[in-house]
Amino acid sequence: MSSLALERAVEARAVIRRAGWRWTLRQLFRKRTALIGGAVVLFLIVCALWAPDFVPYDPFKVNTLNRLKPPSAAHWLGTDELGRDLLSRVLIGARFFVLVCLISVSIAASVGVFLGLIAGSGPSWLDVAVMRVIDVMLAFPYILLTLAIIAILGPSLWMAMISVGIAGIPGYARLVRGEVLAVKQEEYVEAMRALGAGPAAIMVRAILPNVASSIIIYMSFQMPLAVLAAAALSFLGLGAQPPLPEWGAMLVNARTFLRTAWWTSAAPGLAIFVSILALNLLGNALRDVLDPKSK
Amino acid sequence: MTEPLLSIEGLKTHFFGYDGLVRAVDGVDLEVNPGEVLGLVGESGCGKTVTALSVMRLVDAPGRIVGGTIRFDRRDLLSLSASEMAQVRGAEIAMIFQQPKVSLNPVMRVGRQIAEQFIRRRGMDEAAAWKEAIGLLAAVGIPAPEAKARAYPHELSGGQAQRVMIAIALSLKPKLLIADEPTTALDVTVQAQVLALLRERCKALGTSLILVTHDLGVVAQVADRVAVMYAGQVVEQAPVERLFEAPEHPYTRGLLGSIPVLGALKPRLVEIPGNVPTLDGVSVGCRFAARCGERLRVGSRCETEAPPVIARGPGLQVRCWLADPAAADKERALA
Amino acid sequence: MSAYIARRLMLAAPVVVGILLVTFLIQALIPADAVNTMFQGQLSDDDAAEAIKVMRAKYNLDRSWFEQFLIYSANILQGDLGESIRTRQPVIDEIGYRYLNTIQLTLASLVIGAVVGVLTGIVAAYKKDSWLDVTAMTIGLFGISMPAFFFGLVLIFVFAVWLQWLPVIVQGWQSLILPALTLGLIEAAPVSRIARSSMIEVLSREYIRAARAKGMSEATVIFHHALPNALLGVVTILGLQVGNLLGGAFIIEVIFGWRGMGELAVKAIQWRDFTITQAIILMGAGTYVLVNLAVDILYTWLDPRIDYSAT
Repeated sequence: MSSLALERAVEARAVIRRAGWRWTLRQLFRKRTALIGGAVVLFLIVCALWAPDFVPYDPFKVNTLNRLKPPSAAHWLGTDELGRDLLSRVLIGARFFVLVCLISVSIAASVGVFLGLIAGSGPSWLDVAVMRVIDVMLAFPYILLTLAIIAILGPSLWMAMISVGIAGIPGYARLVRGEVLAVKQEEYVEAMRALGAGPAAIMVRAILPNVASSIIIYMSFQMPLAVLAAAALSFLGLGAQPPLPEWGAMLVNARTFLRTAWWTSAAPGLAIFVSILALNLLGNALRDVLDPKSK
Repeated sequence: MTEPLLSIEGLKTHFFGYDGLVRAVDGVDLEVNPGEVLGLVGESGCGKTVTALSVMRLVDAPGRIVGGTIRFDRRDLLSLSASEMAQVRGAEIAMIFQQPKVSLNPVMRVGRQIAEQFIRRRGMDEAAAWKEAIGLLAAVGIPAPEAKARAYPHELSGGQAQRVMIAIALSLKPKLLIADEPTTALDVTVQAQVLALLRERCKALGTSLILVTHDLGVVAQVADRVAVMYAGQVVEQAPVERLFEAPEHPYTRGLLGSIPVLGALKPRLVEIPGNVPTLDGVSVGCRFAARCGERLRVGSRCETEAPPVIARGPGLQVRCWLADPAAADKERALA
Repeated sequence: MSAYIARRLMLAAPVVVGILLVTFLIQALIPADAVNTMFQGQLSDDDAAEAIKVMRAKYNLDRSWFEQFLIYSANILQGDLGESIRTRQPVIDEIGYRYLNTIQLTLASLVIGAVVGVLTGIVAAYKKDSWLDVTAMTIGLFGISMPAFFFGLVLIFVFAVWLQWLPVIVQGWQSLILPALTLGLIEAAPVSRIARSSMIEVLSREYIRAARAKGMSEATVIFHHALPNALLGVVTILGLQVGNLLGGAFIIEVIFGWRGMGELAVKAIQWRDFTITQAIILMGAGTYVLVNLAVDILYTWLDPRIDYSAT
């Protein structure tokens, strides 16, 4: 998975460099899958910001008279074991999805990019040291690495997001290091150096802009995985805890009512599925546009 | 006169790509007699490889045979079912390719790739087939055939790989072998050896050979008869000596002019001006007209009317207005 | 070949030290109150303080980190995983059978994922751009977007509740069916994508055209000439996929009550039973490293073009 992702990210960089971002976005707007994916993601962001203003019920309001009611006109997605409105909870839950995207992915990307940059452009002992750490992190299966980090940090919503972020670091670091090593060889970088530009100037002016596009492509692969992992941790009880309406956490109790009230599982489960599908649709479309082989 | 082994009439193979239609082969007529070596020559892009692949019915999408007939050994190849055609391939018509090293399966032992023919096509057991394979390797001049049979393709040189391809192609004693640029990718020093081997093996088995090449030197060495292709059509067919002595078509004359002669004081490298037309437009008149240095001799007819195939004697055909008896009269009148 | 294996093992050595270091961090960075809470409410404050001191000495928590790490590594390398903080039983007794259960689930899912994934990949590649291809790839996209834990619930609902083909509580090998199916079908999605692109690439190669020119039947061309080459592409990512499966198994075990390492890991993390957690993470990562090593060696064996005596 990740080696394929790295390869495609590097290929796509060349296309963006040739065609430019504006062209890329215009192509993206022509793709139906991208528009569908984009609309869902936009909706999730709107929910994350303003859901409390428009949800039909208080997502935390317990109503024991109204327990496990199937979907109806009053409760479109039904109610859970405490009589809470599932639609309201699912909509509010979008904020956890957006939080994971923001926090986990920015930890993974920022630390990973930083490590990749210093490994690629720093002295060789630093490169060796960083890459050893990266190799060790990659020696763990992704979920096991998040579990190990959770075991160190202790289980909670925030620690789950941080652990998913840390587990994502090595992918970005490896990508960026390889890119930096490649870009360093190019003539204009040699020319900048000959003109007396310092390493910091070279990094900011020559290397980062080049690497930015491949980071975005890699992100399109990594973001859905991070969201899945965070939801899984909550589902295992190691992330967000009830009564928080995080989708993974909502499934913990819901699954005990699978026989009698399937909708309590279906609502949060489908919410995760649809949002990750949306991210993948967007990512696929982006990579299709940028795939040099598809033309 | 014996019946030809292969006769192609009005063959049209077009490519339906994203950028529109490409008429790679557009009305090819060709005959191959039993035991004969036919050289099929032309510049790259003239449709000679596509003609060869059409005979095998191995044209890849988006290409498709859209017209004409291909008769082989009293059968219409284009009306055979896919599995009947698969039976014909290898056993009756075999083919070897330009890049021998990548035409062998990289993860299969060389001997196995030959033996496979005997096992799958002739129902031989493993041991007997393997023995046959080693015999064939020896016959195509591979040293230490037992050891080489156990080798993988990447362990062979280009020349050896092409010898293996020849062994595979001739393993079932086909009636016709199509060799598509068989020596182009090889070192100059082994080209002649492989050509000689090809001719010798075909003569020994009585197999007809279609030698597809852009290299007239190769044709002079091996072929009995030559067909020159230009822009998806055969423009001239003649016995090899006749073609080299008295080429009829201006294009053939141009090609002959562009053979570098080894040891000659001045290389006779005459370039034909212009490029092969892209084959995507609808053409009026002769396809060579735009590049032809002799079109003025027959007036504007070349640009407006496509020349027919004109017979000029036994086994001699030209697609050019210059060969038209009427044109010859006109020329005489002018002179 | 043995030289290649030896060199690969040497490359793995620093990684093993790194893994030990990470699992050691679980015990080193554990907040002090983890030990304290074990005795809370059970003993008087003075007795608890004394017990905590004994405990800390017992697990060497009172020594320097460096000493602790050396002791920890030495124990692990001698095969001593310590004893559970919670049950005081040797860790090996707690997780030995669970390790085998997890491996069993992982292997079963791997087989399902590989067979389903490779077969759909082949069909999709062979019928590229047909409705079959589009359907297979759409399902594949759904597959990579589907959380394993939700898919498990869907399968339970469909097979046990709705169709009532399987009882929810099953015994013996039958209890493996649903969890292995859940994980295997999820896994088939990425495998089919890779098999498809690998197969499409192979089908465009000259040797496939040459095989057809030899008169091989389409079935022979696909299964004997194209597939072995396409599988090489699948094998390269097999190691990574085993990592995904191992991680996936941890989650699936919780849903199906499959008594594997994942089910225990979740409890151990919540109970702060760090010796168990350490051992589980260690065995998971160790298995993953070994699998990758095996895949590398398998690959050099499968692909005759790789010369393992060089570099």
